[in-house]
Parts: sequence; C-alpha cells; structure tokens
Amino acid sequence: MEPTLIKSIKDLPAEENLLPGTPICAGCGGLLALRHCLKALGKKTVIVNAAGCFTLLSVYPFTPFQNSWLYTAMACAPAGAQGIRDALDILIKKGRLDPGEDLKVIVLTGDGVAYDIGLASTSGAIHRHLDFYYICSDNEAYGNTGFQSSGATPFASKTGTTPIGKISPTGTILAKKDLFEIWRSHIPPYLATISPGHPVDLINKFKKAEQYKGPKLFINLSPCPPGWTADPAHSARLAKLAVDTGIWALKESLYGDVRHTVIPKKFKPVEEYLKEQGRFAHLFKPVRQEDVLKKIQEMVDTYWKDVQKKESIKA
Amino acid sequence: MARTREMLTGNASAAWGVRLAEVDYVPTYPITPQTEIIETLAKWICDGVMDARFVSLDSEHSMITAAGAASATGVRVFTATSSQGLLYGFEMLYTVAGWRVPLVMVNVSRGLSAPITLEPDHNDILAARDSGFLQIHCETCQEVLDSILMAYRLAEDERVLLPMFVNMDGFHLSFTREPVEVPDINEARRFLPPYQPNHAFFKASQPMAQGLAVIGGSPYSYFKYQMHLASMKALDVYKEIAGEFEEIFGRSYNTIEGYMTEDAEHVLIMSNSFSTLGKDAVKKARERGVKAGLLKLRLLRPFPDADIKAALNSKKVVAVLDQNISIGKGGILYSEIAGALYHEQERPLLLSFIGGLGGKNISSREFEFIFDSMIKADTTGEISAPQLLYTEGEWKEMERLKHLAGKKQESQIKIIGLYTDIN
Ligand SMILES: Cc1ncc(C[n+]2csc(CCOP(=O)(O)OP(=O)(O)O)c2C)c(N)n1
Ligand code: SF4
Ligand SMILES: [Mg+2]
Repeated sequence: MEPTLIKSIKDLPAEENLLPGTPICAGCGGLLALRHCLKALGKKTVIVNAAGCFTLLSVYPFTPFQNSWLYTAMACAPAGAQGIRDALDILIKKGRLDPGEDLKVIVLTGDGVAYDIGLASTSGAIHRHLDFYYICSDNEAYGNTGFQSSGATPFASKTGTTPIGKISPTGTILAKKDLFEIWRSHIPPYLATISPGHPVDLINKFKKAEQYKGPKLFINLSPCPPGWTADPAHSARLAKLAVDTGIWALKESLYGDVRHTVIPKKFKPVEEYLKEQGRFAHLFKPVRQEDVLKKIQEMVDTYWKDVQKKESIKA
Repeated sequence: MARTREMLTGNASAAWGVRLAEVDYVPTYPITPQTEIIETLAKWICDGVMDARFVSLDSEHSMITAAGAASATGVRVFTATSSQGLLYGFEMLYTVAGWRVPLVMVNVSRGLSAPITLEPDHNDILAARDSGFLQIHCETCQEVLDSILMAYRLAEDERVLLPMFVNMDGFHLSFTREPVEVPDINEARRFLPPYQPNHAFFKASQPMAQGLAVIGGSPYSYFKYQMHLASMKALDVYKEIAGEFEEIFGRSYNTIEGYMTEDAEHVLIMSNSFSTLGKDAVKKARERGVKAGLLKLRLLRPFPDADIKAALNSKKVVAVLDQNISIGKGGILYSEIAGALYHEQERPLLLSFIGGLGGKNISSREFEFIFDSMIKADTTGEISAPQLLYTEGEWKEMERLKHLAGKKQESQIKIIGLYTDIN
C-alpha cells in the first residue's frame, strides 16, 4: 500500500510529541528536525539515546517527550533498541503484554556515535534486521564535548581538535565519511538523508519508511550554531543552503536502491554556504584559500555528476 | 520432569539453572571458557525445549546493553561472559546496575590480558565488585545451578532490584564434570515464580524516561546511596531465600561456608573452586596437628561483614589466599577482610597470600607454607608483607623459558614467599 504523502508544510501533522522548554541551544538544527520526526512517528515510541547533545533533553525529573526514553551509553544505543524490541516481542508473543501496548523503537544519536564509536553496534543491529528507526543528528562533530572532529566532520572544517594554525591552515584535512553508503551496504529496507530545512520531504520519508519492517535509518544534517559559529536565527536557512549548494544531498534508498528526492534546479556555489559559518572562516580570511575552496566545489560537483549519470541510467 | 542426578560440567550446570529459571531472553557473545553455556542454551532453544529468544550480539558491550534494556522492558534475562568480555562490557555493568534491573549473568573467571591466557583467577570478577551487581562465587557445579535460581529470586525481589553475577572458575569448574542434582521444574517454579515486574518498564500506556541524566551531585548521590542500601538489604533477603531454598531442595547455602572452622585456631580464607584444594589442605594440616579450618567466601556482594566477623571471632590467625592481584596493593579480598575485622575488639592476626593466578596450581606444599606461616606469626607476632606464592620448581622452569626467549641475564627480582619445593 502506497502511503499518502503530504504536499506542503500546511499538511504537517499538528501533533507535538516534543514539547518546548529543553536545555538545547537556540537554533539547534537537530532539535528542529527531531520535532518533525516525532510528529511523524507518533506517541507510541521509545527513544533509545546515546551520549551526545540530546542526552540533555531528559534530565531527572523532566522530559520534553510524550513518549518513553532510555539513555544507554555512547556506543550501544542500537543494542539497547535490540533488547527493548526483543523484550516487547517476547511479552506480546507469550501473552504477557497487550499488543496495543507495543512501541516503535527509535535510536537517537549524534554523528560521533553513528560514524565512529557506535558503528559496530549499528552494523550489528542492521545485520540482525532489527525492526527499529535510527535518527542520526549530524552536526559534523562531537558537539556535546565542545565540537571536536568526528568521522562526520567535513574537509576544511575547524574544530576543537583540528584548529587553524601555521602548520595546518586548513582545519580538518580528512574527508567526511559516507555513512549513507556504509549503512546502504547492509541493504536496509529504508534509508534516507533529511534536513530541518525540508520538513515536507522529511515527513514523507518517515511515511514511506513506516511501510517496512526492519531497520529504517535517517541522517539529518543539523546546523549547530555554537559549533558552526553561525547565527541561531539562520539555522533553517543554513540547512536549505546546504541542500541548494549540493553539499547535503537529500536522498533515500529502498533495499539499496538510491533515489534523490530533492535536486536543486540550479546549484548555488558552495561558498555561499561556507562563508556563513565561522568554522570555515579561515578559508576566506586573512587570505582566501582558493585551492581549498576549489577542492570543496569539485568534490560536490563530482558527486552530482555521478548522480546524474546513475539516475539517468535508471530512468 | 522429576529430580535427576547427572554428571554435568560447570557450564552445563549453569545452562540447566537458566533453563529451570525459564528465562525469556538470552543475548550472547562467545568467549572461552564460557561458550559452552550459550551453545547449550542455543541448542535447547533451537530444539524447542526452552521457550526463549536467543540473539548473538556484536560485542559484550552490546550484549550487556541489550540484556539490561530487555530486563528494563520486563522479561527475565540471562547472559554470560568471562574476563576480556567482562571488561569489554565494563561500562555497561555500572549502567545496567543503575537501571536497577534484575539481570542474572554468569562470569566464568579467567585471568586478564596481558599476558593473554585462558585459565582462571579472579581479577575479572572482582574488577566488577563496585558496579552494583551482586556476586555469588561458586565452588561446585551444583552450587552453580542452585545459585542461578537463587540469584533470580534475590535480584527480582522488590527490596533489592539489582543485577547479579554468579561466578565460577574457568576450566577447573566450567569444564569439570561433577554429579549434579537437577531439580524438578515444578519445584524450581515453586521456588522461583514467573517474573512479574511491578517497577518501571516500557509500554505504550505508561510513557516513562529511564536511565536519564541528572545534574549535580545531590540526585546522583541519592541514586547511588539507594543502590548501596538495597544491596545491604539483600543480606537479609538472601537469608530468607536461602532458607526457602533449603526447605524445597534440601541444600543449604549460607553467605559464607565454614569448613572445620568451629574449633579452628588457624583459618584460611578462599573462594571459588580452589577452595576444594584448600579443604583438602586443611584436612592434611589437621593430621599434622594444626588446628586448621577454611572459610569460603560465597556472597561477595553484598559483603557479609557480620557473618565473617562471627565466623572469625576468637581465631588466632587468619590467612587470606587471594587468587587476584591488585597491582601496587596486593590481595583484594585481604583488604576487604581486614576492613571487616578492624573494629573487632579481639582481632586475629591477618596474613595475606597471593596464589593461583592465571590458573597456577596451588600445591599442597604451598598450603603447608601458608599454615606454617600462620603458626610462625602466632609465635612471633610478626606479620610479613603479602606473600607471592611461587615454587622453586616453577621458578626454575620460568628461568628456562626466559633463556629460550633469549633473555640472558638472571632476573633481579626476588620473589617474596618463594617456597622451596623439593620435588
Ligand atoms: C564511551 C564514552 N566516550 C566518550 C564520551 C564523551 N562524550 C559524551 S557526548 C560526546 C559527543 C557526542 O558527539 P555526537 O555523537 O556527534 O553527538 P553531539 O553531541 O554532537 O550531538 C562525547 C565524546 C562518553 N560519554 N562515553
Ligand atoms: S551544540 Fe549544536 S547540536 Fe548540540 S544542542 Fe547545541 S546546537 Fe544542537
Ligand atoms: Mg555531533
């Protein structure tokens, strides 16, 4: 059965499952997206969290959620999801829990967890075909510890552990890992990238994902005002710019089959996105690092050329 | 199914304990010498004789997380590990204990790397002593089976709600067959009814946050104190449960076990399977006219201070034989016994020995050395530093191995307590 997709932000679900009043930073792009995710997922959920910024959403005795929550540790939220999912299945099968009491199990982590320390436990959960959702809020660094470089940090970003100096004027010299492809290699039923700047696309992806049993995985690019050194008022705009410049590709994969869901008609130059953020300021001042800017633009261009080739072959 | 008597390994006994406890969920990860437990359970579940779900996780860290999360959701959970695996999952021991879930886990003791080895000592399980997991240490295969049933009763008691370890020595118990009475399932059910949690668990009609963060030391301390107090309460609950167990099965398990301690003047303290060797040494010492006895520690957490004090009351000399080494301090259990005895008006002299590391044998001559040291301490009143047991035979063999490894010079280290073995 095809899900009924929404067409405009006027169709966004009215229900709120993440209530206001959290200790999260103003303009947090991750929180913005999470609010939409939980609108799509409904109330009968349990969020299994790993160490990161969002751990501070539930601080005893408060929680902003309408649903349940379990904080695990840093590396093992998918294993926590495994335990809860299995236990619910056992209880229902043995007649000890009414099927109406069942919950969707959602893993919520940052990128440091998803790309690095939690990769093995996630791989295990996907491999075991665990019926769960994974929402990775990717702010492209270890945010909660003050913004240090992670496997998700993009080339040339300044972080606490990749500072700018005489020896290394570029910041991060490694490229961002491709978590989408790492996860896709496990052939999960549903996998998508999302953005708080594209809530309609986001909601529709959750609607599609809901059709499938098994791992349903989401990576959200989360503008992070303190880490990215950007104006909190501009988070939604930054999220859109990431898509419009082609830096953040909105796509989905059904059993490994990839489709891009938002393709800008005309790509904006990456500079427009980079120059808004303090973490890339060294590329512009005191001297323009032309070669670095060119390299970033080339990386994006190469990606989209490749996409065009593949998607036109399919069409 | 009536009671049967079978020849079972320690691992098979553990598996039987789990089967009789009618566990719902078994998340696993292999490690020698524990693997036989999970393979046995896997087969029973596969054959349909055990109605449980078995899952292979990607690490012990994940395994303990899944176990704790499932327990927090309201099913009865079992898992097992050993040594490197226990330490790999270490972070999650404290975490799931803090969740206050009645998970039962077997640890099959094995020395810790480096150097990597397979044979037992207790540094692995004792590393977890502060985690909030309660601990029962076993000497026999029967004890392993029985202790698993008792562990679920204790852990699931609303006054306790803490996870539990049942510990056995790798190889010496895990792979040793002994006659074991396998209880009748109805008797097991009478002792351990189905798990019906009244405390927090996950369901749609009852949204709730568990395991969440706190800010500041005040709530943090509160929750840690709660765990400590529950653990202390477990001492009383344990006695109730042990009483019921004896009524149903006819076997009695106190927090500690005295062997010829009643009239003993010189008491050796041990734990786990090597206690059997210690008991034999006590018998031999008695033949030599030494008023020897052995105190076996069984419930390690909570630590039964009062029972230990009572058992050691009016003894002349006590020697703790630790099969662990706290590098830079000495024997872990020695410190704990010393702590228990400190406030006694009349304290026995207290000696410390370290032996049996990495499965190293404790020979009858080493036991003699311990009892002789006790007698000497009694006459001289002098207490030596912790003695590291090593026989001359072993020393010579080590020199030979070092020579083979290309080490030219004789070691400068002088072993204290080096025992001259005439064999
Ligand atoms: C095992 C372990 N290592 C390190 C930490 C410290 N730590 C806590 S949160 C965090 C950053 C998490 O980064 P990420 O997953 O990207 O989430 P974010 O904070 O950016 O949302 C780190 C390193 C920890 N809690 N546990
Ligand atoms: S540091 Fe960044 S990701 Fe973390 S809460 Fe603040 S804005 Fe959000
Ligand atoms: Mg991050």
